[in-house]
Amino acid sequence: MAAPCVSCYAALSYRLFLGGRVSLSPNQGVWKAAAAELQTGTGSQILRLRHTTGVSTKKNVAALRRETYTVDFIKKQIEEFNIGKRHLANMMGEDPETFTQEDIDKAIAYLFPSGLFEKQARPIMKHPEQIFPKQRAIQWGEDGRPFHFLFYTGKQAYYSLMHEAYGKLLEVEKRQNKLQAKGLFSEKTKTKDLIDSRWLIKEELEEMLVEKLSDQDYAQFIRLLERLLTLHCGSEEEFVQRFRRSVTVQSKKQLIEPVQYDEQGMAFSTSKGKRKSAKAEAIVYGHGSGRIKVNGIDYLLYFPVTQDREQLMFPFHFLDRLGKHDTTCTVSGGGRSSQAGAIRLAVARALCSFVTEEEVEWMRQAGLLTADPRVKERKKPGQEGARRKFTWKKR
Amino acid sequence: MAPAATAPRLLGAGAWPRALRPPLLGTATPGRARPGGRTLAGAAIPAVGEPEGSTDVSHNILSEPLKHSDFFNVKELFSVRSLFNARVHLGHKAGCRHRFMEPYIFGSRLGQDIIDLEQTAVHLQLALNFTAHVAYRKGIILFVSRNRQFSHLIETTAHDCGEYAHTRYFKGGLLTNSSLLLGSMVRLPDLIIFLHTLNNVFEPHVAVRDAAKMHIPTVGIVDTNCNPCLITYPIPGNDDSPPAVHLFCRLFRTTINRAKQKRRQIEALYELQGKEGPGARGQGPAASPSLKA
Repeated sequence: MAAPCVSCYAALSYRLFLGGRVSLSPNQGVWKAAAAELQTGTGSQILRLRHTTGVSTKKNVAALRRETYTVDFIKKQIEEFNIGKRHLANMMGEDPETFTQEDIDKAIAYLFPSGLFEKQARPIMKHPEQIFPKQRAIQWGEDGRPFHFLFYTGKQAYYSLMHEAYGKLLEVEKRQNKLQAKGLFSEKTKTKDLIDSRWLIKEELEEMLVEKLSDQDYAQFIRLLERLLTLHCGSEEEFVQRFRRSVTVQSKKQLIEPVQYDEQGMAFSTSKGKRKSAKAEAIVYGHGSGRIKVNGIDYLLYFPVTQDREQLMFPFHFLDRLGKHDTTCTVSGGGRSSQAGAIRLAVARALCSFVTEEEVEWMRQAGLLTADPRVKERKKPGQEGARRKFTWKKR
Repeated sequence: MAPAATAPRLLGAGAWPRALRPPLLGTATPGRARPGGRTLAGAAIPAVGEPEGSTDVSHNILSEPLKHSDFFNVKELFSVRSLFNARVHLGHKAGCRHRFMEPYIFGSRLGQDIIDLEQTAVHLQLALNFTAHVAYRKGIILFVSRNRQFSHLIETTAHDCGEYAHTRYFKGGLLTNSSLLLGSMVRLPDLIIFLHTLNNVFEPHVAVRDAAKMHIPTVGIVDTNCNPCLITYPIPGNDDSPPAVHLFCRLFRTTINRAKQKRRQIEALYELQGKEGPGARGQGPAASPSLKA
């Protein structure tokens, strides 16, 4: 912002000229008096400073004020959106009743093609709840009394959540004490496995409560929920689950090729692999004697270097099936090392169909099923290569 | 003892001087209905819509309780024996004693200060009476405490009465800078009740001083290590034992509910009278309607 910088500059210059101790108060009166002093003190070159002292930062600038939308405004926007949706459906020749958000997106992309790179800058038509940020309505009624009993704390949503959670904790403890007193308390842990879920992050919680939180607040809340979990509460499960989000396990996403059968009844499996600019396709037969053919040539002749042949054999070696499968591959592009890598990936993917789920997971963890994303990094201007800089000369 | 809203703002320790002090400011004026009461920026408390000609009725509703010394009969809610059973008389060790609490201390046993329950009873009756009047006149009551052991209990109590609580970290300018922190046209509390006057570092709670700055009357339970100076209606008593705090919460909850119920009853009564017609206005509520505990 220009304004504070200007006033700071004025202050600094004032100090430099007089060399005395000046308190930097934003009080206008002080500045005007100081400016008058300056004027009478030294020559006309300081007259420049006079014009800069009357600056004050106005925080109420429209750009800084957050836009507040009234409830009526949002309602009107929702009505307009619904009418517009029906018009759009008619325009596209679809049924207005079954026009979903994906259809809207497709229609808008068709009617208003945009060449912009940034997806959020292209024309969108979404429900107003997704466009206008959620805001809190007025917190008190006509007589001035606030609606929420924790309004005067400042963070009513967060503290009421803490209050609720602590209340549940006390309830659970009381129930367990009663059971223990009667002697009916059983230690069986009925807690669900929490491996596939994670706690809400701070931003998600802020969005849920429509309120700003500090890191300590968030940490305190998570600590309270953890404490609730350790008490083996059966009934408060759903309360806690509200604050957990699922995390999909990686290995379940592995795509396994189906096994196919040729005319002789021999089982085989095909798949593809890539490395740098080499593309390979491999067909692995269920039974065989470990022969590998690449582009019609035996792999011993196609890959004279031992390292490349080792790369081809590695998937079989890992699964202890070295002499048990026949392989035929085609490869194009790249150099010798990248062709070997591409064939290795293709062979590993094809082998998945002959192997158990556990072994697939082991292969994934060994890195056999991941495509190597490394490509040659571009050279940058001002440097000799991608990373190498020109020789640095001290003088 | 006239339960005047303006008299108690005079500072001073000790129950006896206040009782003997003559009412300096004359008859009690219904201060609650005056606009520009508690809000900042001169915002008037919006008057709930009343039909013309019924200002007489509203005046009656508000002035009627002020003619009795104990309109809500708060005396029956407690006794010195019940205070003793709840361990309200137990103070801290003599080394923690605050100088201004000396008038309220009965004595010291084995190094522990004992609070004079006779004085406590008097103060408690004054405080509960004042709270009831504030609740009757639909004031906002805020329960403040910074003791984490009873935080949940106090919040529950406030919620049950339909009033407000603040047992969390107290932000600096909450009362004095409320237009920034809470909103521009917010109505501040009309009464603040302190269940614990000290904060977690054994210093006086900031709200005590801020309420005095904002002319908000306060009721507070002052233990032997607290400073009773700025509190309008101090109640010398134990604020650390669970039975004592439970008792006080119960007392405040009962008084507030009772006062609100009374208000509803009287309003219903006047409404009925209004429907019957001005002819039947002669028979007004001569005695206060029967109270249910």
